[in-house]
Amino acid sequence: MADFEIPALKEYPVIPLIQVGSMAHSKPFVAKPDHQDAVGFPHELVDNWEEKAVKKLGELVQGSRALQVFLDTCVKCGACTDKCHYYLGTSDPKNMPVARQDLLRQVYRRYYTFAGKYFPWLVGARDMDKEVLDDWYSYFHQCSQCRRCSVFCPYGIDTAEISMAAREVMDSVGLGQKYCNEILGKVYTIGNNLGLPEPALRNTLDGLEEEVKDDTGVDVRFPLDEKGADVLLVTPSADFFAEPHVDGLIGYGKVFHQAGISWTMSSYASEAGNFSMFIGSGANLKKTTMRIREAALDLGVKRLVVGECGHAWRVAYSFWNTLIGPFDFLDPKYPAPQHICEVTHDLIQRGALTLDKEANDHRIITFHDSCNVARASRMGNMPGGQFIIPREIIKSVANHFHDMAPDTIHESTYCCGGGGGLLTDDLIELRIKGALPRMEALKQVVDEHGVNFMAAICAICKSQFTKVIPYYDFPMEMMGSLHQLVSSAIQIGTKE
Amino acid sequence: MSALTITYALLFYTATAILAIGVFRKIFIYARTPAPLLIPTTPAPTTATGVAWRMFKEVTVFESLFKSNKWIWIFGWMFHIALFLVLLRHLRYFTEPVWTVVALVQPYGKYAAFAMVAGLLGLWARRFVVDRVRYITNLSDHLMLLLLLGIGVSGILMKFGIAGIVDPAHTDIVAVKAFFLGLMYFDWQPVPADTMLLIHLTLVAVLMIVFPISKLLHAPGVFFSPSRNQVDSAREKRHVAGWTAAQTPGSK
Repeated sequence: MADFEIPALKEYPVIPLIQVGSMAHSKPFVAKPDHQDAVGFPHELVDNWEEKAVKKLGELVQGSRALQVFLDTCVKCGACTDKCHYYLGTSDPKNMPVARQDLLRQVYRRYYTFAGKYFPWLVGARDMDKEVLDDWYSYFHQCSQCRRCSVFCPYGIDTAEISMAAREVMDSVGLGQKYCNEILGKVYTIGNNLGLPEPALRNTLDGLEEEVKDDTGVDVRFPLDEKGADVLLVTPSADFFAEPHVDGLIGYGKVFHQAGISWTMSSYASEAGNFSMFIGSGANLKKTTMRIREAALDLGVKRLVVGECGHAWRVAYSFWNTLIGPFDFLDPKYPAPQHICEVTHDLIQRGALTLDKEANDHRIITFHDSCNVARASRMGNMPGGQFIIPREIIKSVANHFHDMAPDTIHESTYCCGGGGGLLTDDLIELRIKGALPRMEALKQVVDEHGVNFMAAICAICKSQFTKVIPYYDFPMEMMGSLHQLVSSAIQIGTKE
Repeated sequence: MSALTITYALLFYTATAILAIGVFRKIFIYARTPAPLLIPTTPAPTTATGVAWRMFKEVTVFESLFKSNKWIWIFGWMFHIALFLVLLRHLRYFTEPVWTVVALVQPYGKYAAFAMVAGLLGLWARRFVVDRVRYITNLSDHLMLLLLLGIGVSGILMKFGIAGIVDPAHTDIVAVKAFFLGLMYFDWQPVPADTMLLIHLTLVAVLMIVFPISKLLHAPGVFFSPSRNQVDSAREKRHVAGWTAAQTPGSK
């Protein structure tokens, strides 16, 4: 077990009193020179890093209206102070969104504002020094960039933008985070976060075909690199073999099979996840997403569909058109890109799927809204479709569904505690404590309705919860994929 | 022309210039800085009209703040709406004849000053009482509230007075109006040598001067916040700006 205290689940959520410095020790492993090479950053802290960091910060602010406005407009009203799951779980005041922003704002003010240059003591401005850098490394790796604070800020100040900028500044002076940068290296050399090369991928998918055949007697295909397919499915690589992710992938396969949609995956673009966003690196964001455009053109597909993954859907929905568009080579009848939930929901609406709800009768289900889907993207053609569509799917494939408390779902959803490039074992204390608000909401529906299954549409949420919920005395198996429910209910073979 | 009048005339010309140039400079910077990626906080409107409505609610009833924290909302909204009425009322010192709307708002504007001060006191109390807010408060945050309170209280004392200490009839408001109209039309008139008035005017000038270099920039800033003012139309309409416009792949 861990050498720290697991937070107790209370009857009602309580805003804790601040405990200064309680998480100052939390720091992820630092990237090694070869990890830094892959993403194009210096091997170690460069000479004159203070000066270079300040210069880089200035450039970033000049290139981003968000930073420019967010750094100026905060009035320290305190509205965000009780909104971050990491503050609620750790009581460390530097995990309050405004205090986290101030770690960067204090430096920005010192070098780029009149008040900070001449009256630093008045406005809390500070020189860039080692102590500040240590704080940055610690606390900008305690932000999962979930945007919950942004919902509640009267000016929409988004701490995610600030923490992305801080990580980009740190990377640029040679202080990178191992987890994110190493993974990006794997995407460039192999094609996905998990480092699954093409033969292993093919082998895995063959195995899935056999498994489904054994279960159902039907030949459901999981095609790889098939030119001329209609749909290119880009999904997080965790879907290829992590549990419960893979049950979701089986679900996608069955949906495509029954709907008669020809589809393929790509070994070159075998990753929907994109950790470049977490480290705020525009150059890497462009480079990683370009692989998807190249794969789509190479395979000659007509549609792009994205699997269950929160930040991947943000990148796909909000950024792909900007970064790798225009998508004039795709079929204009379909949104580009499309979420797998949109595809499935659409097919259900049209009666194209045969579903047996009773197949899920042993499950009492709740749904965890993933932060990047909820607050940074959309599904369907109306605002909030990202909340409606997944729930509509669940209600079409199962009889027992209960939402968690209203202030913990939809746009107010709590992060799983592992998003934003923090899903690494060197941050396990943070991950466990950060899951607290979600665990309290979950406990309520478990106690009231006997919920035994929490569905999610994000690879990070699924991995994080599978690891963390046992610490709160929930069984690991209660965590599942949304398309796992579809997979259970869909009657393949009935509409051949 | 007395030294006092010259001092206050120059003070207000300077303060007005700093306020106008400073705020326009900031607005120019906000407008010019690119927003390379679409980052509206969703669910967000899918049309420009929808965004206008979202922004209207944000700046008139502080919608996000209302969702966030009812105490901050009550004090903050009370202060801002009262300040709005008070400012509107004060237009009578700058217009001749006085606009109808300004005349109509006069009775409300007078008493709004009390709501303004009450709101400020509530906001200030939070900076001492709530440990989280105490932690994030800088000296400048206290001073800003003190400045606004000083303006509000000195104004109230001039208008309503305190029996035996401040006589409300003392301030010659006709002369005050003549002074400001004189400044506007470059035909200087003497400023009344009334202590409370001079305190009030000095504090207002200080507020105008610090506006463009302080957190008061939230007023123009909120309109430029990408998480609030962007349309959610990423798939329908291709957006490029700044570094994302630098190299476009185009289609093969």
